[in-house]
Amino acid sequence: MSGPQTLFDRIWRTHLVRALPEDVGLVLIDRVLLHERTGGVALKSLQAAGRPVMAPAQTFCTMDHVVDTFPGRTDKTVMPTGTSFITQTRDAAREAGITLFDIGDEGQGIVHVISPEHALVLPGATLVCPDSHTCTQGAMGALAWGIGSTEAEHALATGTLRIARPRTMRITVANRLAPGVTAKDLALAVVAKISASGARDHVVEYAGEGVEALSVEERLTLCNMATEIAAFTAIVAPDDKVFEYLEGRAYAPKGEAWDLALAEWRGLRSDPDAVFDREVTIDAAEISPMVTWGVSPQQGAPIGSAVPDYDAVADRDSREAYDRALGYMDLTPGQPLEGLPIGAAFIGSCTNSRISDLRRAAALLKGRRVAAGVKAICVPGSTRVKHQAEAEGLDRVFLDAGFEWRESGCSMCFFAGGESFGERQRVVSSTNRNFESRQGPQTRSHLASPETVAASAIRGAIADPRKLAPEPV
Amino acid sequence: MEPFSRLTSVAAPLVRANVDTDAIIPSREIRSVSKTGLADGLFAGWRYTEIGGRTPDPAFVLNDPAYAGAQILLGGENFGCGSSREHAAWALAEYGFRAIVAPSFNPIFFNNCVRNGIVPVVLAAERVAVLAAAVAEDPQGRRVTVSLEDMRIAGPDGEPTPFELGDEQREMLRHGLDAIDLTLRWRDEIAAFRQADRSRRPWIYLTAPSPTSRSEVA
Ligand code: SF4
Repeated sequence: MSGPQTLFDRIWRTHLVRALPEDVGLVLIDRVLLHERTGGVALKSLQAAGRPVMAPAQTFCTMDHVVDTFPGRTDKTVMPTGTSFITQTRDAAREAGITLFDIGDEGQGIVHVISPEHALVLPGATLVCPDSHTCTQGAMGALAWGIGSTEAEHALATGTLRIARPRTMRITVANRLAPGVTAKDLALAVVAKISASGARDHVVEYAGEGVEALSVEERLTLCNMATEIAAFTAIVAPDDKVFEYLEGRAYAPKGEAWDLALAEWRGLRSDPDAVFDREVTIDAAEISPMVTWGVSPQQGAPIGSAVPDYDAVADRDSREAYDRALGYMDLTPGQPLEGLPIGAAFIGSCTNSRISDLRRAAALLKGRRVAAGVKAICVPGSTRVKHQAEAEGLDRVFLDAGFEWRESGCSMCFFAGGESFGERQRVVSSTNRNFESRQGPQTRSHLASPETVAASAIRGAIADPRKLAPEPV
Repeated sequence: MEPFSRLTSVAAPLVRANVDTDAIIPSREIRSVSKTGLADGLFAGWRYTEIGGRTPDPAFVLNDPAYAGAQILLGGENFGCGSSREHAAWALAEYGFRAIVAPSFNPIFFNNCVRNGIVPVVLAAERVAVLAAAVAEDPQGRRVTVSLEDMRIAGPDGEPTPFELGDEQREMLRHGLDAIDLTLRWRDEIAAFRQADRSRRPWIYLTAPSPTSRSEVA
């Protein structure tokens, strides 16, 4: 089988230790990432079974999900039993001899933000983490995917995983995004087009001019939402932007090893005549800022449009799901999305909390104020991003505008059992999931780009960031 | 995991359709970073008189002294449906169940049982009903036998009935192996593969943490 190959085929081949029956592969795992919410239990149970971690130097853990993000945080948490997750994960990580990015460390942050930042993820590598948004890291040209806790134990103990070989799908993004339209809008447009289950069991390769034109951080945003189309994961062929991004970072190869790696990484692409199980094309030029109106990421629409009638979405939503979504969100068909009053605004999460996201949001917030009655929060994706933003004075911009400025972590991207936006609160959020009660019991989430969140915070209602006049000085 | 070859035990009937994983172990009963400490929360919504309470509801089968010590559970269609949480299998195993007999199982739950030393026995609904009726007359005296040696389940009366499992699943349960053990049989092959890979892709193989980094993030 040496015909034309896809990028995925290449990585699969280099990592296939043993082919098992029924198209299952025993696949070498190059990196395992853990966090305190699901990683601690895997480490502890491994230790209880007396099994060592096979490659501790290639295993990393961070504190992001359960930790508080209030300034001056400690091991104490608003989540009632949160502290035990933190202390037990810390103890287990020490015992296992793996690298831990702990509270207070410069390296701490949301796992999918710090991994590229430290070059834990590398092109052509296999990387797993017991977290569904591990697909984010495919933007670096790695095969990176989310797993369960027991699988994490398997990866830790054996350095391998048994996986059913996924099928391949290429999403070609033709043309470029228009000015004022972001990678998040592209990601939301893809989910709306493909549907929340449309890429099940497929590795999605994002390709085309629209993807090549994106920065590394924008590609991370795009790949982040591959789990919202049920993909096995997403991947982008690595290019000079990725190599430049990685060079010199903490765990990137150095010197001769870098040259060797680079030579191999340049070959990480699909052959021109490679055949994918499925091909989809989306025109970037036709996309405008997107916002979700329902309780699934597929329930999104251009910001200038209205809550769709049932007929417009009948091909993917059942009548029951549609009615339930509108009831939960307190919306009616035909209601314009722009102008919908909000109670809260959130900028953060592994989708949109990197330095470029904060810079773009700050550019809109500068010299402006959040509308009265809107609770606005900014949570940098990593401690490094936070410090970098502070060095650039972005924290002042957020604070002066009326945003809270937090320590890094997942924060209210999801409800850990502690802090919440409050019942029936309408939140515009730069996160990736608008499920019922995702951001707290009975919260109503509208997913959008950081720019749209910033513009909406100012207006006190869902707003199109393109309509904000340039920064008032 | 404890190997399983043949078990004769009291069997407790909970023959309801669609017993979901949230009923097996409610989210509120999952309080810590652990696969243990779950037995008390098993079937908490049915087992106790109030939510969060610990007063046994005498109407629930596991609170009936006649079924004390049951290691076999008789269930209904689509047992273990709902959320994929492995805590359901962990809670059942910690409570002491070694076999669950039902007309059908949710596939994820089925695998989670095998991984955690519980034998999932698929048995036609009529046979499950016959078994449940037979044991009810005298649960402590009329016991059920599940055997992986000859792949049969036998009630207090009637012929033993054959059931099926995949070869690898049967092997895991019989020898008390989990997927990690099975993979570690290829330990040498994995080590050799890594060795060869290390010379091909040396940059992947980190030795010690080397946090000498650029300080800026962009
Ligand atoms: S930021 Fe949100 S989506 Fe990302 S890892 Fe944390 S909880 Fe999950």
